[in-house]
Amino acid sequence: MEKLRETLNETWHFYKKTLILVAQGSKAYYGWCFLLLAIIIVGFLSYLKQHEVGLIATNMNDQVSWGLYIANFTYLVGAAAAAVLLVIPSYVYHFKPIKEIVILGELFAASSIIMAILFVMVDLGRIDRFWHMIPFVGSMNFPQSLLAWDVLALNGYLFLNLLIPIYLLVKFYYHKEPNWKFILPFILLSIPMAVAIHTVTAFLYNGLPARPFWNASILAPRFLASAFCSGPAIIIIIFQIIRKISSIKIEDGALFKISELIAYAMFLNLFLLSAELYKEYYSQTVHIAAFRYLFEGLHGHNQLVPWIWAAMTMNVIAFIIFLIPQTRKRLATLNLGCLLIIIGVWIEKGPGFVIPGFVPDPLGEIFEYIPNSLELMVSFGIWATGLLIFTLLMKVAIPIETGKFTHTEYEEKISAFKTLLKKSIG
Amino acid sequence: MQNKKYTRREFIRNLSVTALGGMAIPLLSSCTKEEAEDFLQKHFREMTEEDKKRVISKLEQRYLQKYGRKFQISTKEAVPETFWGYGLELSRCIGCRRCVYACVKENNHSRHDPQLQWIRVLRLKRGNLINLENSEHYYAPDLVPEKGFIYLPVQCQQCQNPPCVKVCPVHATWQEPDGIVVVDYNWCIGCRYCIAACPYKGRVFNWAEPNIPKEEINPSVHYLGNRPRMKCAVEKCTFCIQRVRSGRYPACVEACPTGTRKFGNLLDPDSEIRYIIDRKRVFRLKEDLGTEPKFYYFFEA
Amino acid sequence: MKKETKAIAFGIFLLGFCFTSSANAAGEEFPVAPPPMTEGMFPCSSCHASLEVNRKKRELKEEHTQIKLHHAETMRWCLDCHDIKNRDKLRLYNGELINFTESYRLCGECHGPQYRDWRAGIHGKRTGYFMGSGKRTYFLCAHCHDPHEPKFKPIKPESPPFLPTDKDKEHAK
Repeated sequence: MEKLRETLNETWHFYKKTLILVAQGSKAYYGWCFLLLAIIIVGFLSYLKQHEVGLIATNMNDQVSWGLYIANFTYLVGAAAAAVLLVIPSYVYHFKPIKEIVILGELFAASSIIMAILFVMVDLGRIDRFWHMIPFVGSMNFPQSLLAWDVLALNGYLFLNLLIPIYLLVKFYYHKEPNWKFILPFILLSIPMAVAIHTVTAFLYNGLPARPFWNASILAPRFLASAFCSGPAIIIIIFQIIRKISSIKIEDGALFKISELIAYAMFLNLFLLSAELYKEYYSQTVHIAAFRYLFEGLHGHNQLVPWIWAAMTMNVIAFIIFLIPQTRKRLATLNLGCLLIIIGVWIEKGPGFVIPGFVPDPLGEIFEYIPNSLELMVSFGIWATGLLIFTLLMKVAIPIETGKFTHTEYEEKISAFKTLLKKSIG
Repeated sequence: MQNKKYTRREFIRNLSVTALGGMAIPLLSSCTKEEAEDFLQKHFREMTEEDKKRVISKLEQRYLQKYGRKFQISTKEAVPETFWGYGLELSRCIGCRRCVYACVKENNHSRHDPQLQWIRVLRLKRGNLINLENSEHYYAPDLVPEKGFIYLPVQCQQCQNPPCVKVCPVHATWQEPDGIVVVDYNWCIGCRYCIAACPYKGRVFNWAEPNIPKEEINPSVHYLGNRPRMKCAVEKCTFCIQRVRSGRYPACVEACPTGTRKFGNLLDPDSEIRYIIDRKRVFRLKEDLGTEPKFYYFFEA
Repeated sequence: MKKETKAIAFGIFLLGFCFTSSANAAGEEFPVAPPPMTEGMFPCSSCHASLEVNRKKRELKEEHTQIKLHHAETMRWCLDCHDIKNRDKLRLYNGELINFTESYRLCGECHGPQYRDWRAGIHGKRTGYFMGSGKRTYFLCAHCHDPHEPKFKPIKPESPPFLPTDKDKEHAK
């Protein structure tokens, strides 16, 4: 009990200190934060309009009932799952270059999951009834409904990816050795959890016989493959930015190891895609309609065609870049490859996945969907929220990792004095 | 140095608190008083008789205020030994859409922004029945039936193995003992997973607050059926639950000018629907999906 | 003895009544809507009781000129269905006379399968209550099919649903 009280006191003291830390920074830091805040405010105001009028303010309708929000949600859950590609090398294989930066990767996963949860929440028609989803308080349809599983999995993963880094960071701050017996099970749990969150998200599409485009067993493997490309690609770019603007040392070796893993994941992604294409185009059943809509256009409707072909080109080029060691190990081409993958997989997994599921709809109707400006504003707002949260987390985590932000001897003496004072009075 | 830190920290703290407070106010004020009252309402299946009475009187007051009519809101339970089935004779449907608009009127649909219709009539070319990709939904000829075409009305099929009930994350939709799949409109969170799951496009969504003209409102309603809904809740055909539980034909059955639509109790061997299943060639849409619909199509020509 | 004969006679009378009733029972069990007569036409005998009977098959030139017979007109004409002596009744094959409220029996003589289906409720239209004791109305054949020209005429359909993109146009309606 005493130990728990002590830990809580320590964490609270740590939190107050971090508030000071995030409030200080360079001009660029303030500029970046205020820019993100501005985007967030615009997004929030747009969301208020949507909340007032109803979802009719978006371009979704009965035919295409899920749009940009769910597309972004799918992509971000994948990006969050990618943290596992850092956790496994560092904690299972003790690969030193990655071990130094794994906490940053987990914090990235946490920000990504927060964004994903926000996207689902803005997509809900009645956010005031959100409490109906809480188990025991509301009436959660577990285990039948995959959305219920998703809620539990996402929140569980978020909890893990906040608990582990924050625990470790607090311990580093106080120069204390983390209790590995306590934290290692959580860390090892986060590995299957990462696979679980994306599998559950895939299953939620997979289990719908009404939508033949999604009702394919290949969905879960494809989701994981594309997640393990796009997430690490974002991580590589972010880490290079962090390396430049802060004093943390991230070895090139870490980046190259991650990029090797991306190469394998992208190969798997392309292979699974070709397997799907073969099955549809060779069997030529009625269910090819959604693929035709996506890749060729259906009855004159071909809005997504240029997008998907752009995504395919980007993925293939990126794969080649990551395959050849010379291009993979040169930072310029590596970054190009990462950008191509980030955008390519977003198109393929976001709009290129959600919208063809609704075209043609179960009664054969074809309706094309483009997000309107309100949806774009809200989406940008949520991306900005995630970036802001990640920035603030990095602002705390990096100084701790580099040893600049620690519990000094002076502060230790102050806190010891305070406890002595309390004991003598009370 | 110390002062600078202090003021910066204070500044950030004050800014965040005011921002949070400022954002909360418009959010809260955009909730009408109605929504605030509804916030804590229980799930219909967990309500006691007293709870139901209270909710009903609250709704009656609200509808009186909004539409100027005295509503009779029933919460009548399923009649024992009933299991409703529907028959539709495809050889007789002429695609006139009288059923669509009778349903709209009976069930208090939103007429515009958004326009909601529970029945959708498809036009198919003769020679083609199952591949619905070639269907036409928006045909508007001068006269029907048109030569060379057949018409296929589709609505919620009240499946025995409903995919929509399976996927709802909050149990807002369920199957009643008499076979009707219903929605508790006040419990639905508007995630639209059920709309994605339905193979027949039986479910539609109130994208905004419904617009029902006051003079066309139907005041005899059932809580789980045709009472006026609210924005961002899912709705669907309920086999006119407000009529069939008293033994009346659904509105679409009565409206059809060619006698295409038939309705009855599947558990009663003398019912019309059992006669159809026993003697006519019936089929159900998308049977390969295993949903076991209770909507039987049959035809003679 | 007389009493016994009386009893037997009464019993035979009762039996006979029962048989004839059962023959007519089919007609009495359906709660049909009133037959769709033109306003002021019924009872037909108000004119026909005093008119001379002309059995010759011909095209009517003076009255009922708006009726075009397109219903097996090569095989029969008006007086094959309408009774010659009593125009308030219809005539079955076996000579039996029935009311207009039982006209389905006449239709059923040729259209057997439809008649059987109509009796079961799956052909034609019924409104009202199908269960319990509430009021129900069965439509006669003649309510949907004009007996002289039974083929359905095409009708104007109701408007199609709004296209999903027609958000602005919806306000007009």
